[in-house]
Amino acid sequence: MEILNAKRKSAINVPTRVRFAPYTVLRRLILYVTVISFSLLFAAPLIWMISTSLKTDPQVYHVPPIWIPNPIRLANYPEALSIRPFGIFTLNTLRYALTSTVGAVMSAAVVAYGFSRLQWPGRNVLFFLCLATMMIPFQVRMVPLYITFKNLDWLNSYKPLIIPAFLGIPYYIFLLRQFFLTIPQELSDAARVDGANELNILLRIILPLAKPALAVVGLLQFMAAWDNFLGPLIYLSNESLFPIALGLRQLRSDSVEALMWPYMMAASTMTILPVVVLFFFVQRTFVEGISITGIKG
Amino acid sequence: MGVATNRKFWAPRQQRELLKGLLFVSPWLLGFAGFTVYPILASLYYSLTQYDILRPPRFIGLANYHQLFFQDEVFRFVLYNTLYLVVIGVPAGVVTAFMVASLLNNEMKLRPLFRTLFFVPALVPAVAAAEVWRWVYNTNFGVVNSLLKWGGMSIIPFLSSPDLAKPSLILIHMWAQGTAIVIFLAALQDVPRSLYDAALVDGANLWHRFWNVTIPMCTPTILFVALTSMINMFQYFTIGWLLTEGGPNQSTEFYGIYLYRNAFLFFKMGYASALSWILFLIIVAFTILIFRASQRRVYYAGDGES
Repeated sequence: MEILNAKRKSAINVPTRVRFAPYTVLRRLILYVTVISFSLLFAAPLIWMISTSLKTDPQVYHVPPIWIPNPIRLANYPEALSIRPFGIFTLNTLRYALTSTVGAVMSAAVVAYGFSRLQWPGRNVLFFLCLATMMIPFQVRMVPLYITFKNLDWLNSYKPLIIPAFLGIPYYIFLLRQFFLTIPQELSDAARVDGANELNILLRIILPLAKPALAVVGLLQFMAAWDNFLGPLIYLSNESLFPIALGLRQLRSDSVEALMWPYMMAASTMTILPVVVLFFFVQRTFVEGISITGIKG
Repeated sequence: MGVATNRKFWAPRQQRELLKGLLFVSPWLLGFAGFTVYPILASLYYSLTQYDILRPPRFIGLANYHQLFFQDEVFRFVLYNTLYLVVIGVPAGVVTAFMVASLLNNEMKLRPLFRTLFFVPALVPAVAAAEVWRWVYNTNFGVVNSLLKWGGMSIIPFLSSPDLAKPSLILIHMWAQGTAIVIFLAALQDVPRSLYDAALVDGANLWHRFWNVTIPMCTPTILFVALTSMINMFQYFTIGWLLTEGGPNQSTEFYGIYLYRNAFLFFKMGYASALSWILFLIIVAFTILIFRASQRRVYYAGDGES
């Protein structure tokens, strides 16, 4: 650092520093204008959604578009959610998302431990296989899986969606392994000397240190479950079992033209809300986790 | 003498280690066998049969593949549409994410707020995103066309024109880049300041610094994001299925949609399996291609030790 500073002082282009000041102000101005306009552009569809969800019918079909509805029609929400049993859809989704999240975090932690903190012959070969399976699209396995689950009589239940999460999802295993590798081996060695077995080391030492990484995996799986459409579409045909993703599509199929858009937007807002709220609670951990799990390298 | 005793001494311990390791990874091994290896082999077998689920599979050799390559007119559309989506959509998404991340990497007030605004679209479940964009793209009263009408201009038929349907879907993809933005942002913050200082001393302007320092230092991350994005794009399904269902004029009949249609609407499980195997091979080929092409361009700090 000192060398660099010295270099800069002795460099010929000292005057550029003077020229820099107004240029920097201009640059900051351009930066702010760009960031603000871009973020408004990104937020616009969602603002449009919320705005529509609060409109009365005439406001929906107004040209030019109205951004701030007046009067506000809150009744769109209860009305939209009572056309189809959205309470049941929400409970179904919550149960699916929470169980599969618990399963995904637990299994990924145990498997990642085996792939990172233990030395055993064949470990790297198996880990490579595990990574390679990340490349295999669900759609390649979709047909045989459907047939298998049909034969097992698992269709129209959440088993095909939840049980695989308990058997380790490669991407999460990879993320947690990367994180576990950054924890000093001495910690494990010391515990081993004290007579701790591997399960104890995992539970008492590794997991408490890996909270941000576990949060990332948990959030990713929760979002994936909340988002999953293709899986439920294939495995579930009984409406009382539908998650919100399928329920929203049902709602569209029987929406009458009157108030259709406010209803659709109200239901969409309600679909998005839980994930956004959850994200705000774990945002800090999530961003921190992403930067330390090393997915960037 | 040492070697012999050592071997006798090590063997049981190694066995114990192997057992312990296998025990820990056993959940994955089980899932790997049951939900990956078996389905892939079964899929290979089904792809050689005619199978409608109601009757047992009937072996027909390579007939499915023959039909796929030589008789199926739709399949050509499907390949074209999917490649369009991958070749244009993936770079469009990666570039958008990288640009937004670079913007956010500047020191500024309210940065967490802006970061959140850019990230939130990634939180939106695909089904909800599809409904929101269906409304944004609406020909009569969607926000864009409503503004255009008001300004006396002609409307844009986003989803109802075969020429615009694919670009319109790609735009939605570019909008939902939040995760990639966060990953890029983390990578950008890892670029050593000293490199920029050194570049500044050498008289490099903003563009030079971006092109010669920022981008090379982020190539491993760009490769990672591009690869995962590509693999996902080949399987593009939900938003396309909900918004256009393959239309208009089969302009959005993508691989994932065609596969789903064959398997679960036409109940041609054998044909769908053949389709899925070809998809698998295409993805493997593209992955190898990207790795090969990137080998000389990706910079790994510390002599290849990622």
